Amino acid sequence: MSKKKTAEEYQKTFAFRFFRWLSGEKDPYSGEVEMQPQKEYRPDPEAALRREKEHDAIMDKVYDTEHNKWMHLFHRLYQTTSILFCLFLIALLLVTVSYLPAIGTVTRPVNNEVSERYIEKGLEETGAINIVAGMILDYRAFDTLGESHVLFVATITVLILLRLNKTEKDEAEVNDRRFEPKNDAILQLVATFLVPVIIIFGIYIILNGHLGPGGGFSGGAVIGAGLVLYLNAFGFKKTERFFTEKTYKWVCFFSLSFYCLAKSYSFYTGANQLHSVIPKGTPGTILSSGLILPLNIAVGLVVACTIYAFYAMFRKGGF
Amino acid sequence: MTAFQIILMGLLIVCAVSVSFSKNLLNAILIYMSFSLVMSMLWICLESPDLAITEAAVGAGITSVLFFVTLKKIHAIDASEPDTKEEKENE
Repeated sequence: MSKKKTAEEYQKTFAFRFFRWLSGEKDPYSGEVEMQPQKEYRPDPEAALRREKEHDAIMDKVYDTEHNKWMHLFHRLYQTTSILFCLFLIALLLVTVSYLPAIGTVTRPVNNEVSERYIEKGLEETGAINIVAGMILDYRAFDTLGESHVLFVATITVLILLRLNKTEKDEAEVNDRRFEPKNDAILQLVATFLVPVIIIFGIYIILNGHLGPGGGFSGGAVIGAGLVLYLNAFGFKKTERFFTEKTYKWVCFFSLSFYCLAKSYSFYTGANQLHSVIPKGTPGTILSSGLILPLNIAVGLVVACTIYAFYAMFRKGGF
Repeated sequence: MTAFQIILMGLLIVCAVSVSFSKNLLNAILIYMSFSLVMSMLWICLESPDLAITEAAVGAGITSVLFFVTLKKIHAIDASEPDTKEEKENE
C-alpha cells in the first residue's frame, strides 16, 4: 500500500513541479531569471559601407574572370571535363546495352526455372488468371507488403515536413483558394458526372486484379485521382465529412495489419507444409484465388488514402 | 517493331530532351505529363497493361498534380515569361 500524502507535502515533491511544468501552468524561470529588454536595432552606416567595400574587393579579385587567369583556366577545364564525362557515360551505357541479349531469344537469363514455374503452375497454385497478380500478391507478397509500408512511411515523412500548427492552418485555409473561383460551376458539374465513374472504375480495377490487368496499386491510384478531383471541385469542407486524418490513420492501420496477418498465416502454413483453410475457388470467378482479392483491396485502400493525403498535405499542410 | 512504336519512342526522346531545355516550369511539367502518357502507350505495345494503367494514373495524373500544387505554393505559375522578366531586371 502506498502512503497517502497531504496536499502540502505533495506540492514539495518533484512530481508536482514536473507535472505543473508539463501542463504549462507555471514557468519555472519566470520571476527568477531576469531578462534584459532587447535593444532596438540600429544599423551602423559606416560598418555597412566597409562591408560593401570588402565585398566589392573580393568580387573584383575572385570573379573578375577577364583578368583572373586561374579562374579562366578553371572554367575551361570544368566545361571540357563535364562534356567529356557526359560522352564517356553515354559511350559506357551504349556499350553495356550492346552486351544485353536480344529480346525474345531462348537463351536469355530471364528464361530460367523460376519464370517457368510461375507460368506453368501459377494458375494451379495461386488460382489467379492474371499471372502478374499471382506473382506480386502470392509468390512475392512480401515485396508488396514492403512497398505498402514504403508508401505509408513516405506519407508520414511528408506529414512531418509539411505539418502546420493551428493558427498557421487557419491562415493556410484562407490563403488556399484566394485566387480561385470558390464554386466553379463547370468544374462542379463535370465532377458530379466524372467522380462516381472514376471511383467505380478504380473499384473495378481492384476487384478484377486477379482476373485481368490491374490490381491494388493502379486501382488505388485511380480512386485517389477521383478523390482529388472531388476535392478540387467542392473544397475541403465536403471531403472532411467522410475523410479526415483519423479516417486515414485507421484505414491504413487496418489494411496494413490485415495484410501482415493474412500473409503471415499463408507463409506459416506454406513453410510448415500445413493445409491452408483459405479456399482457392474456381479460377475465373470474382471470389477466387484465395488471399489475392482481399490483399488487393487492402493495398488499394492504402494507396487511395495515401494519394489523397499527399494532395491534402501539399495543399494546406493537413487534412 | 512497328512504325507506331518507333514514332512513340521518338516522341519519348523529344519529350525527355525538351523537359531539360524548357525554362518555364509549367511547360516542363506539361511535357513531363505527355512523357508519361507516351510511356503508358508504349507499355501497352509491350503487352503489359498492368504497368500502363499504373503509369497513366500515377505518372500522368498524381505526380503532375502534386507538381502543380507545389508550383502554386511557391508562386511560380504567375511568372509566365521568365525571359522578359530577366531582361527587365537587367535594364
